[in-house]
Amino acid sequence: MIKGTSQPAGASARFLDLAGIRKNFGRFEALKDVSLDAARGELMVFLGPSGCGKTTLLRIIAGLESQDAGTIVQDGRDISRLPAIRRDYGIVFQSYALFPNLTVADNIAYGLVNRRTARDAVRIRVAELLKLVGLPDAGIKYPGQLSGGQQQRIALARAIATSPGLLLLDEPLSALDALERVRLRGEIRALQQRLGVTTIMVTHDQEEALSMADRVVVMNAGRIEQVGTPREVYETPATPFVADFVGKINVLPAIAEGAGRFRVGSVSLTVDRHDIAAGTPVKLYLRPEEIGVHVNGHAAHDALAARVAKVEFLGAFCMVGIALDAAGVPALVANVPRQQVDAGRLAPGSAVRVSLPPAAMRVLS
Amino acid sequence: MQVHWHDRLAQGLLLLCCAALALFLIGPLLMILVKSVQDKDGAYIGLVHFREYFATPALQQSIWNTLFVATAVTFITVPLAFTYAYALTRSCMPGRSVFRVLALTPILAPSLMAAISFIQWFGTQGLLKGLLMGHSVYGPIGIILSAVYATFPHALMIVLTALLLADGRLYEAAESLRTPTWRRFFTITLPGAKYGLVSATMVVFSYTVSDFGIPKVIGGNYNVLAVDIFKQVIGQQNFNKGAVVSLVLLLPVLFAFSVDWVMRRRLQAQFSSRAVPYVPRPSPAFDRAMLVFCSLVAIYLLAVLGMAVYTSFIKLWPYDKSFSLRHYVYGLIDAGVIVDYFNSLKMALYSALFGTVFVFLVAYLLEKTRGMATLKAFVRLVATIPMAVPGLVLGLGYIFFFNHPDNPLNGLYHTMGILVLSTIVHYYTSSHMTAVTALKALDDEFESVSASLKVPFYRTFFRVTVPVCLPAVLDIGRYLFVNGMVTISAVVFLYAPDTRVASVSILNMDEAGEIGAAAGMATLIVASSTAMCILYAIVTRVLLGRTQAWRATSRV
Repeated sequence: MIKGTSQPAGASARFLDLAGIRKNFGRFEALKDVSLDAARGELMVFLGPSGCGKTTLLRIIAGLESQDAGTIVQDGRDISRLPAIRRDYGIVFQSYALFPNLTVADNIAYGLVNRRTARDAVRIRVAELLKLVGLPDAGIKYPGQLSGGQQQRIALARAIATSPGLLLLDEPLSALDALERVRLRGEIRALQQRLGVTTIMVTHDQEEALSMADRVVVMNAGRIEQVGTPREVYETPATPFVADFVGKINVLPAIAEGAGRFRVGSVSLTVDRHDIAAGTPVKLYLRPEEIGVHVNGHAAHDALAARVAKVEFLGAFCMVGIALDAAGVPALVANVPRQQVDAGRLAPGSAVRVSLPPAAMRVLS
Repeated sequence: MQVHWHDRLAQGLLLLCCAALALFLIGPLLMILVKSVQDKDGAYIGLVHFREYFATPALQQSIWNTLFVATAVTFITVPLAFTYAYALTRSCMPGRSVFRVLALTPILAPSLMAAISFIQWFGTQGLLKGLLMGHSVYGPIGIILSAVYATFPHALMIVLTALLLADGRLYEAAESLRTPTWRRFFTITLPGAKYGLVSATMVVFSYTVSDFGIPKVIGGNYNVLAVDIFKQVIGQQNFNKGAVVSLVLLLPVLFAFSVDWVMRRRLQAQFSSRAVPYVPRPSPAFDRAMLVFCSLVAIYLLAVLGMAVYTSFIKLWPYDKSFSLRHYVYGLIDAGVIVDYFNSLKMALYSALFGTVFVFLVAYLLEKTRGMATLKAFVRLVATIPMAVPGLVLGLGYIFFFNHPDNPLNGLYHTMGILVLSTIVHYYTSSHMTAVTALKALDDEFESVSASLKVPFYRTFFRVTVPVCLPAVLDIGRYLFVNGMVTISAVVFLYAPDTRVASVSILNMDEAGEIGAAAGMATLIVASSTAMCILYAIVTRVLLGRTQAWRATSRV
């Protein structure tokens, strides 16, 4: 009975199409001309800081807010002006929004009963869904008797009960504790892939976004900054905002010298970018794990002399603060595996050499 | 966005409710303004009435009398209520729950009853007359004694809430810093209860200013504004002058109301869901002192209620104190006055029934439906007005509005319907706030989830919203019933011979010197209100225990 939204032959791969969405709240521009499309069966994550418009965009897709301009096409049907009740989606909120006075089974059946489904069919469907979310015996309980993570699983079951074409998740994991969050992350992703339901999730947690998404939409101040797979967004951020927001990164203000060389303070670095005219001020971005830290003697010839400023223990690796000997270069942060920290006896004051790999460096202006 | 017929339905209902509020609140109030600048024939005469009014020394004296009495009552009631609430929340004296229930009993009785009781205690034939050392109880003394009784529970509830909101951790922090008790009181307790105290002050003040039953019965020749309105309207049939006095009465009440409104908002803002309740520790000397204080207050409260009940069951105070049912049998039943009691019962039940439905519906439409933001802001504002309007003023407005020959609703005049309407409107604000608070506690996304599941909003309303809010709904019903039983000020202008209510007949019997029968009627009202409160307690316990199993269960 649980059908995956199987992909009919010849159906458009673009399941959801947003074009030119704008929304103002009074004078505040919540969304400034947002266009986007989601493929059938993919899990797309809207990622951004609070106030970036990601939740507003989700609510517009749900018909809970109305856009000031722009169109929404879902599965070939223009739903731009349709009220929420005529659209085809299931939704899960951060607050679970389970009806407290109904049992778990009644909560899950809430949308089924209305569609005049036979009572036995409803019962079977509810049992199926309960099993699907891993709580086969919870039916007779009330939501208040369940933990947060269990409640969110029930909310998910309620949302997919009617087999909607689109699943919307509004920060579904934010109210849970850290362990439960990681566990449910995997469960939701597995369930989504199993059902093949096109899903849009909103979150401000980049780890969540990177681990769950097929594609991540990074948003800031009412605009889309970048759309890409988690790897693309992490490895080749399109804008300084994305570079900053997704993961930790070192930023070095630099001036292009031409022919792939960039001056940072008193040193000249090689970067694999040859298209930037000499004299252009730019910024170089480098992930902490890309920086090679070598104890004196073992380094490549182009490594730079530096000193360890501080070592912060983080478990598997250490965050090592590094001050280059050359003048005018900002302090760097490198991730160094714990074993290497121990072997090299890295401590504040240790003399090291660092290498900044040209291929790992991103140039953004 | 296309508008679904569900939304249209909700918006249509809201418009209807808004129209009803405008019709039964704004219309009558505007008519008072209009009438105050018209002569008897309806011609515009500007401020002539006002000039005449302020040129009459007797009427001016009423203003000062009113302010004096209200101020005195406020200065007595608020400290009494604060100390009482302090004893209930901060001491370990025995019998706290009993004291709490006792303190709320005055709410169950019409304010007139207190006046009648004090006449029995301190009047010309009073048992304790000597205590007044030659002063007469008819006048400011009687008014103040009775008004303190009537306002005490109102002040107590507000101050009690404020004290209960206190965060126990503040006291623990203070203790760990070795702060002496007196300093904890002045730096934590008092500031914490500040808004509650101001709010209580304003409520007591405006209650006393607007109350008409007490000064009418025990005021003697001591004139106050509320009685002036009554005299102008009923005595001299000078409706326009009545309108002028109404506006004068409205001023101090409006002022108190505005202060109270601001304070209540701050009181709510102060509430933190993470506060840890304060748990008092035994302190023998303090607990004993508090017990003595509360016992004295309780004796005062019981003496008033007890005297009224006693008076109704004896032959003739103070000459023949033998037990008798003659006041009930001859005074009420045979005299046909008992009909008034049934009218009251009917009116209170109708008010509770229709009022609760209307109040909850409006609050729901305001809080849980989409669109019509401007209209909603207007309705929210209008919903706060009734608290600022004394019942007499509202009643007078109803006369002007519904007795107007051009008003198509003219037929309502002199019916049970208009009594019920005026009662619902008069007690609207508190009921509305109860409903809004309950609805705000619900998850905002219930309606969104329902829409996504294609369930119409009204189904979710009946299946989820109402059941979850049932305690608040029942509470509103009880509140409207009890107030419907005791109210006099709004209905005194509106009743017809066949819709006369119990509180009005108490007034009439008192004037006719039938104190025993009047006390009997008051006793019947208290008994009915008490019965309703007991019923409410049972229902909330039994019915909620069954249908709201989810509430009792705690999280795993």
